[in-house]
Amino acid sequence: MKTLLMAMLCALLTTPFALAQTRNVQDILQTQRALIEESSRRTIGPAIDALADSGLPAIPRVLETWQAKEMWQRAADGLFFAGEETADGLYRLIDFDTGAPVGTYPRSELTQLKPNSGIRALIATALVRFQLTDPDPAKRSAALDSLGRDPEAGLLEPLRASVAAETDPALRARKERMERLMTIAHGASPAERIAAIESLSGDLGVDFRATLNPILATRRTVIGATDPPPANVAATLSPGGEELGVTAAYDLLVAEGRAPALVTKEARDAALTAHIRDGEVGGLPVAALSSETARDTAYDALVVAGLAEPRVGPQDVAEALAGHRFLDVYADPDPDVTAAAAAALGASQTRVAVGQAVDLGLDALSLASIYFLAAIGLAITFGVMGVINMAHGEFIMMGAYTGFVVQQFVTNHTASILLAVPLAFAVTFAAGVALERLVIRWLYHRPLETLLATFGVSIALQQLAKNIFGTQARPLTAPGWLDGAWVINDVVAISYIRIAIFALALLFLGLFLFIMNRTRLGLETRAVTQNPRMAASMGINPDRVNMLTFGLGSGIAGIAGVVIGLFAKVTSEMGGDYIVQSFMTVVVGGVGNIWGTLAGATMIGGFQKGVEWLNPSNTLAAQTYMIVFIIIFIQFRPRGIIALKGRAAGD
Amino acid sequence: MSTLLEVSGVTVSFDGFRAINNLSFQIGEAELRAVIGPNGAGKTTFMDIVTGKTRPDSGHVLYGERSASLIGMSEAKIAQAGIGRKFQKPTVFEDQTVQANLLMALRKPRGPLAVLLYRPSPADLARVAELADEIGLGDQLERPSGELSHGQKQWLEIGMLLAQDPRLLLVDEPAAGMTPAEREKTTAILVEAARTRAVVVVEHDMEFVRRLNCKVTVLHEGAVLAEGSLDHVTRNQDVIDVYLGR
Amino acid sequence: MHRSFIARHPSVLVFLALLALFTLAVTVLSEGFGVGVISTSFVKTLGKTLCLCLVAVAMDLIWGYAGILSLGHFAFFGLGGYMIGMWLMFERTRHIVEGALADAALPPTPEEIEAAIGNQVFGVVGSSDLPLIWSFADSLAIQLALVVLVPGLLALVFGWLAFRARVTGVYLSILTQAMTLGLALYLFQNASGLRGNNGLSGLQNLPGVTAPQSEVSLWFFWASALALALGYLLSAWLVSGKFGSVIRGIRDNEARVRFLGYSVEHYKLAIFTLTACIAGIAGALYYPQAGIINPAEIAPIASIYLAVWVAIGGRGRLYGAVIGTAFVSLLSSWFTGGQAPDLTVAGYRVAWVDWWLVLLGLSFVAVTLYAPRGIAGGLERLAGRRKDTAS
Repeated sequence: MKTLLMAMLCALLTTPFALAQTRNVQDILQTQRALIEESSRRTIGPAIDALADSGLPAIPRVLETWQAKEMWQRAADGLFFAGEETADGLYRLIDFDTGAPVGTYPRSELTQLKPNSGIRALIATALVRFQLTDPDPAKRSAALDSLGRDPEAGLLEPLRASVAAETDPALRARKERMERLMTIAHGASPAERIAAIESLSGDLGVDFRATLNPILATRRTVIGATDPPPANVAATLSPGGEELGVTAAYDLLVAEGRAPALVTKEARDAALTAHIRDGEVGGLPVAALSSETARDTAYDALVVAGLAEPRVGPQDVAEALAGHRFLDVYADPDPDVTAAAAAALGASQTRVAVGQAVDLGLDALSLASIYFLAAIGLAITFGVMGVINMAHGEFIMMGAYTGFVVQQFVTNHTASILLAVPLAFAVTFAAGVALERLVIRWLYHRPLETLLATFGVSIALQQLAKNIFGTQARPLTAPGWLDGAWVINDVVAISYIRIAIFALALLFLGLFLFIMNRTRLGLETRAVTQNPRMAASMGINPDRVNMLTFGLGSGIAGIAGVVIGLFAKVTSEMGGDYIVQSFMTVVVGGVGNIWGTLAGATMIGGFQKGVEWLNPSNTLAAQTYMIVFIIIFIQFRPRGIIALKGRAAGD
Repeated sequence: MSTLLEVSGVTVSFDGFRAINNLSFQIGEAELRAVIGPNGAGKTTFMDIVTGKTRPDSGHVLYGERSASLIGMSEAKIAQAGIGRKFQKPTVFEDQTVQANLLMALRKPRGPLAVLLYRPSPADLARVAELADEIGLGDQLERPSGELSHGQKQWLEIGMLLAQDPRLLLVDEPAAGMTPAEREKTTAILVEAARTRAVVVVEHDMEFVRRLNCKVTVLHEGAVLAEGSLDHVTRNQDVIDVYLGR
Repeated sequence: MHRSFIARHPSVLVFLALLALFTLAVTVLSEGFGVGVISTSFVKTLGKTLCLCLVAVAMDLIWGYAGILSLGHFAFFGLGGYMIGMWLMFERTRHIVEGALADAALPPTPEEIEAAIGNQVFGVVGSSDLPLIWSFADSLAIQLALVVLVPGLLALVFGWLAFRARVTGVYLSILTQAMTLGLALYLFQNASGLRGNNGLSGLQNLPGVTAPQSEVSLWFFWASALALALGYLLSAWLVSGKFGSVIRGIRDNEARVRFLGYSVEHYKLAIFTLTACIAGIAGALYYPQAGIINPAEIAPIASIYLAVWVAIGGRGRLYGAVIGTAFVSLLSSWFTGGQAPDLTVAGYRVAWVDWWLVLLGLSFVAVTLYAPRGIAGGLERLAGRRKDTAS
């Protein structure tokens, strides 16, 4: 990098340059010396402009040096040089014009120029025109970034000039887009600007919308009833309507000096307080002033006595409003430009709305996947076996903590997650089997008792986790390749982790269907749940099948815990956040049917996202509404979306 | 004899399986009727329809002199209209006394408020004692019904049905699991009950049906296969085919 | 009629006599009116325990007798607390505000007072307007009515929807849990108009009362004892007659009761709503003694603890619910309050604060498995055995 610059400088130096003969950098710097030394963001502008406009070939190097705080001033004569520290703690100064070293000096004989961040930003803007044609693509890209932040009018021409010579296709596309955007903002003629607007009409980019918005910005103003209207009026407002309330309209009149200010309650009360004489004011005893009307009466008495400004009554307000017109005026004076901008923005917004709907759909889908993942273990233990396990949420928590513990030992995140998944399954499978053996098997066909006993287990497990891991949230870190998001356009994006969860949900659905319909265990499970005695007589051991099935459902909860831990905080109470939702998912979907669980998860996820979209500030409300919705939903489909009918459903 | 219950053209299916297929059935004011049929003939479903537990897909169920439709009425309303039902398994309230069981069944206002303020009058207690005597539990009034024998529970349940004073009694396999002596007593109770009201007995046991000595309806695949005296239907070739298998 | 009822149920009389004795003993030993052996804070703990016993009696009615495991009754309890809390907070703030404005040059207008109260009460959630639901907060009579009406109405609407759809058993439990969760989440929002997660506070101060807390605590203790006595009496009367027969019948065999001609849904709705009202009253007495109520109190876990208390005490027996609640909740506050000495097991120091809930959870599992009748069932078996040996 540095050698490249030096080479450039040498090349420039050997080229005879007409302008360089007459003026050099040091001259300009000396001319602007006072401003440079003052180093204030407010006053530095002319100094930077003088440098940038000089056309001298060394200017980019000067500006970069200055920006990097490597410009030094020699105390003896006030000349400016580029400086670099040598090995022995001295500073070697280099002349800007010749590129030749002028000697080494101790620090005490030099002053470093330290431009503040505001000045550095101004320098960066000044540098843009040089950087746009810089041979380094990274610098050209940075220049475009800088332009994006601050598209200054003066840079339009340099940008246009740089487009033709651009060799990098991606940068060329960016330059062309930037040229269009800057033409919209700073184009010389309305026709040129309108053409630029129309060429991008309907574009989804945030930059495009950000360019249009200032053009369409309006200023609210008021004129007399007979005054001629200003150019490019956006709308005429009538006070008292939705857009402009009576009070706001009158405040506008007061602000513009077109009407006397209202006497506020505070002003009224202050006037009353100031004129209390012998416990009386305005002919009323102070004690009687405990109502608005009494205070108004007393104040009016003061007005009559000439002690206070008269109040502005509703009549006065109405008259003042009637005598004026209230307008919203576009900042841009050209109606054709604003019309084109409004049309283009409208087209963009329509497409943005579609994009947002898609984005919302994706959001809902990923939430549904999470619910589905949390509920699928329950679909086995509750849906298939009919066992209510209120400790299911705690199994999810155990899985998540297993992941956390694994990450304490295995630092590679990919490896740790790959290890955590089977380990979490093993841990919660074992826990499930233990729970089934010790508690649940004594309580088959007594669902309420099962519910109670597993509540006890849930309370104990939660507190146990709190004792072991403490109350603070523990992080579970996702592998790096799951960071980031798949950005489809400026509106629609979906994070990789959500895609992974969605894929996992599908995988688990497949796994569930495979186990239940294609394996011996699935067949035996179905046999045992439908008719345990018959199954037993056919040589199936119901005890073993129940144990394994329950373990399987619990194990899946553990895996779900690892996955949930990746995007939510792992706490001892996390199980409680999922248990109600999981049960709702299974119940709403229809007990005993995995497709029902899928439908339930989709519906609940979709509904919740829908409510959040309508009321984005309040995710708690979304959950409340969801529960109300479920209660009402059950009125119409008491057995869930996909209901088993007839005797098989049992009563 | 006027018709008390008329079921006509009723069809019910569960997931495509037709449990009841265009069934028609009638019973008069004071009549004893036995309904027989192989497993899955639709006997229990038929009772479910009449008592309001299952709603038919099509057809009519008309009841009483005014031929009111029972379809769409709640179970409780149908019971209040005078249709009593006894389940296959004896279902009495085991942790309550025989007396409490009978008092609960006694024909009285059923609303929560009326029940809350209800105190048994001497007449009510006398009626309960009389019923208990009828079912042979006169000296067991204060016993928790959970302690009764299987047969006694069946009788208590029949007693509760009688306490309801229904006009139509549906009895599902009353003799299941009873000793011969108990069966005889059950037969007597049912025959006695049928003097003043309609009684429909669903039963597997041919011997028991024979002892009831009444008209028999044979159900098969959700429809009436034959109807008449027991001897008449047992000679019917279709019935023989169904029972013995073709 | 009542005399015969008491005569037929001597255990009710015993319970009432014991409760009266207990109330008297606490009063005599208290700081406020007695010798000062029992601290004021412990009087409050005992008073709160009586309120918990009352809601447990309601829970026993709905669960032990009617067989509906409601996980929503602590939500009704909390609602009762919120309703009385609104009045307490509003009126107390009004007293403070009026005191502060008394020195102003002009006597305050009603609008100024209301604005100042709004500022005081809702400043914490960044608002200054009194929400519409506070319209009646200045009227004790109306708020007292709401203590019963709000939980009752919620129970009526929820119960009507749930029972009508014939949601039963565990499904109903889960649905009530969802209702509780929904309510708690709703109250957590600032927009609920009940100060979001800050809840209502300062409820121990009765507006316009200058008596010391040592006396006020006793007033509430007496009121709680009276409410428990009346609630117990009502519940005992309710379950002793035919109504009790019917709801126990519903618990044991719902379909059978239906075929006897009883509208099961109406009975369930009646008992659900009634117990919700009792829970509301219990809550309205509890929270002025606790001093603060916030949505965390209503979280589903609270209703689960309620079920745990009743189960450990022995459901289906009213005194069981009272014993279980008093026993477990007092033990809980002893253990979690840090008063219990730590144990040292094999060199590991066991802090009860940490391990009490583990113990409670596991003992609950044990009770469910091995002693489904709870403490009361055990007592009855003991009494039965003694009777057997005596005869």
